[in-house]
Amino acid sequence: MNINMVGAINNALDLAMRKDDSIVLLGEDIGKDGGVFRVTDGLLDKFGENRVLDTPLAESSIIGASIGMAMAGLHPVPEIQFAGFMFLGFGQLINHAARFRSRTRGDLTVPMVVRTPVSGGVKTLEHHSESPEAFYSHVGGLIVVEPSNPYDAKGLLTSALKMNDPVLFLEPTKLYRLFKQDVPEEQYDVPIGKANYVKKGDQFTVVTYGTMVPVVNKVVEDKKLSADVIDLRTINPLDEATILESVKKTGKLLIVHEAVLSFGVGAEIAARVAEKAMFDLSAPIIRVGSASFPYPMPGYENYYIPNEKKISAAIDRLLSA
Amino acid sequence: MQNKAFEGSIDYFQVMDENGAIDKSLYPQDLSDDRIVEMYKSMLFARNLDAKTLSLQRQGRADTFAPLVGEEATQIGTAFAMRKDDILVPNFRQHGAYLARGLPLESYFLYWKGYEEGNSKVKEINALPVIVPVGTQMPHAAGIAYAQKYRNKDVAVVAFVGDGGTSEGDFYEAINFAGVNKLPMISIIENNQWAISVPRNRQSAAQTLAQKAIAAGIKGVQVDGNDVIGVYKVVKDAIDHARDGPTVIECLTYRMSMHTTSDDPSKYRPEADVDKWKAKDPLKRVGAYLRAKGLWDDAKEKQATDEQMARIDEAVAKAEAFKPDPKSMFENVYSFIPEVLKEEEDDAVKSNFWM
Ligand SMILES: Cc1ncc(C[n+]2csc(CCOP(=O)(O)OP(=O)(O)O)c2C)c(N)n1
Ligand SMILES: [Mg+2]
Repeated sequence: MNINMVGAINNALDLAMRKDDSIVLLGEDIGKDGGVFRVTDGLLDKFGENRVLDTPLAESSIIGASIGMAMAGLHPVPEIQFAGFMFLGFGQLINHAARFRSRTRGDLTVPMVVRTPVSGGVKTLEHHSESPEAFYSHVGGLIVVEPSNPYDAKGLLTSALKMNDPVLFLEPTKLYRLFKQDVPEEQYDVPIGKANYVKKGDQFTVVTYGTMVPVVNKVVEDKKLSADVIDLRTINPLDEATILESVKKTGKLLIVHEAVLSFGVGAEIAARVAEKAMFDLSAPIIRVGSASFPYPMPGYENYYIPNEKKISAAIDRLLSA
Repeated sequence: MQNKAFEGSIDYFQVMDENGAIDKSLYPQDLSDDRIVEMYKSMLFARNLDAKTLSLQRQGRADTFAPLVGEEATQIGTAFAMRKDDILVPNFRQHGAYLARGLPLESYFLYWKGYEEGNSKVKEINALPVIVPVGTQMPHAAGIAYAQKYRNKDVAVVAFVGDGGTSEGDFYEAINFAGVNKLPMISIIENNQWAISVPRNRQSAAQTLAQKAIAAGIKGVQVDGNDVIGVYKVVKDAIDHARDGPTVIECLTYRMSMHTTSDDPSKYRPEADVDKWKAKDPLKRVGAYLRAKGLWDDAKEKQATDEQMARIDEAVAKAEAFKPDPKSMFENVYSFIPEVLKEEEDDAVKSNFWM
């Protein structure tokens, strides 16, 4: 079927819920309204109020109660309306979701998939455009996944729902309806923890994910360059092997993400490459990210997030080194 | 042994009924007819402004926007009961209260066009900026109230929160903090019956939201939030007694329009529900009252609307002429510019990444 990312996620949930009655969805406005982005549209009618629960407006309890459900044998899929509001449930994620397995040496586990829209570029109000993946990847114990297209979204979510771990499933708002793809009708897995080559080439490597994947692709195509473009798909745990494999071949690495530059995912990748492939590099590693402060209001966002021009200039710098 | 450990109740107030008739026993003595005319004009302004912003939004000249239509009495009754030095802490739908407190109209439009500069004048009117994460403003209000008490100032802090917002931990924590410390904090629950698609009865099993005050050990009352005089009265009483401690005031009103311009209420609520509330319109009843007293008529209504529209058009033009300077983003992060941030700024300027 030919669907956008919203349709792909909806379909993945639908198919998984049919097979597995431990899956329960909960969140603000996900039932009757079908979610503010309509990702859960129609699921209330199909599965009923006990499995598609409109919650009171309280993120800490959405996540905390999901943790409880998970420990009691359900497989909850909480939705946080926007990633900017997940911080109200941050304590539950960091202090508990990430730790129950280790604190009980595997006796209690937290199988759940927390879905939330991330990133900007669509002119929304304050707190509707954050890219918080680094916060969650930093703790350990939380799997952080971010699809960049409908096919990956369905496959990654299907895989995430089979895991006995807490997974954060970050959905780039900008990509929800940006394009459609042919996606198999049936369930299929896209493996968690494995990056994907979206382009193969030999001049340099770009590691990216989420909203920046189509932007990077376009720049590389417009410039008629030959590059490995790697879409991480899973941010934590990082697929270091794929990155090193590519960098050892090209000798040049550019990392592009929409999240702020400082102390981010790019820094982690750069550090690992510096540690393990320093002598394969023929140029300094370059990172491109948003400016190092909180996401501005929409009138300023074009001055904030990386654009084609900025990425193109970074590639020029990388190739001229 | 078994006995009652606690008994509590919540009073409901209405001063002006749906037809504009007054309960004289509750009428606030300090409220003159002139002030009521001013309140009415302020409500009319809020409504006209909403209509205008909505049309701008539809033309792509304003970003996503949260209308307040139907909730004018709650916001304007509160704003009029506040003294100049009292401090307003809104959530995100309280532009009626902002403007009644004197926020420059241009700031309002700048905000909804997506510029931080729209928040830069709120301090002048003793208010905090728009807060988008629901309910998270409540602890700030408690802290501000603490500071007033600490400095022995006769200032009350008036914080707005929605019915949905009262489910957040921050709401409970803030009124609890205020209760323990006997703070001059007044929490206005703008209960418009909806939190996007979630109706009031799915938000809390409590019969009233005002009774949440009881668990915090503080005073809670309910008022007809479409009765501007009733709202004025209960807020005024709470401010008069703010030195004795906090109050929670639940205003019963109704969100007549969409949640925001990105919302489609036909997905989740029947039109008939909205129609029921049309009879309780907050402007209609004050209008009827003033007309019956000979203080208002069609000519005055037209004149007020024309003046307001002219003011609005002028402010829109000013806001549309605003040119954002991206440097302002870099220069307002810290009290100084760190070297590493300066480098990011210089890079961006030099390379002309900003289209
Ligand atoms: C912490 C947080 N969670 C979710 C949202 C998304 N959201 C914006 S407004 C809203 C409903 C708010 O309802 P209520 O508090 O009753 O205020 P109203 O919109 O009715 O004025 C929601 C869920 C948000 N802004 N902040
Ligand atoms: Mg509400």
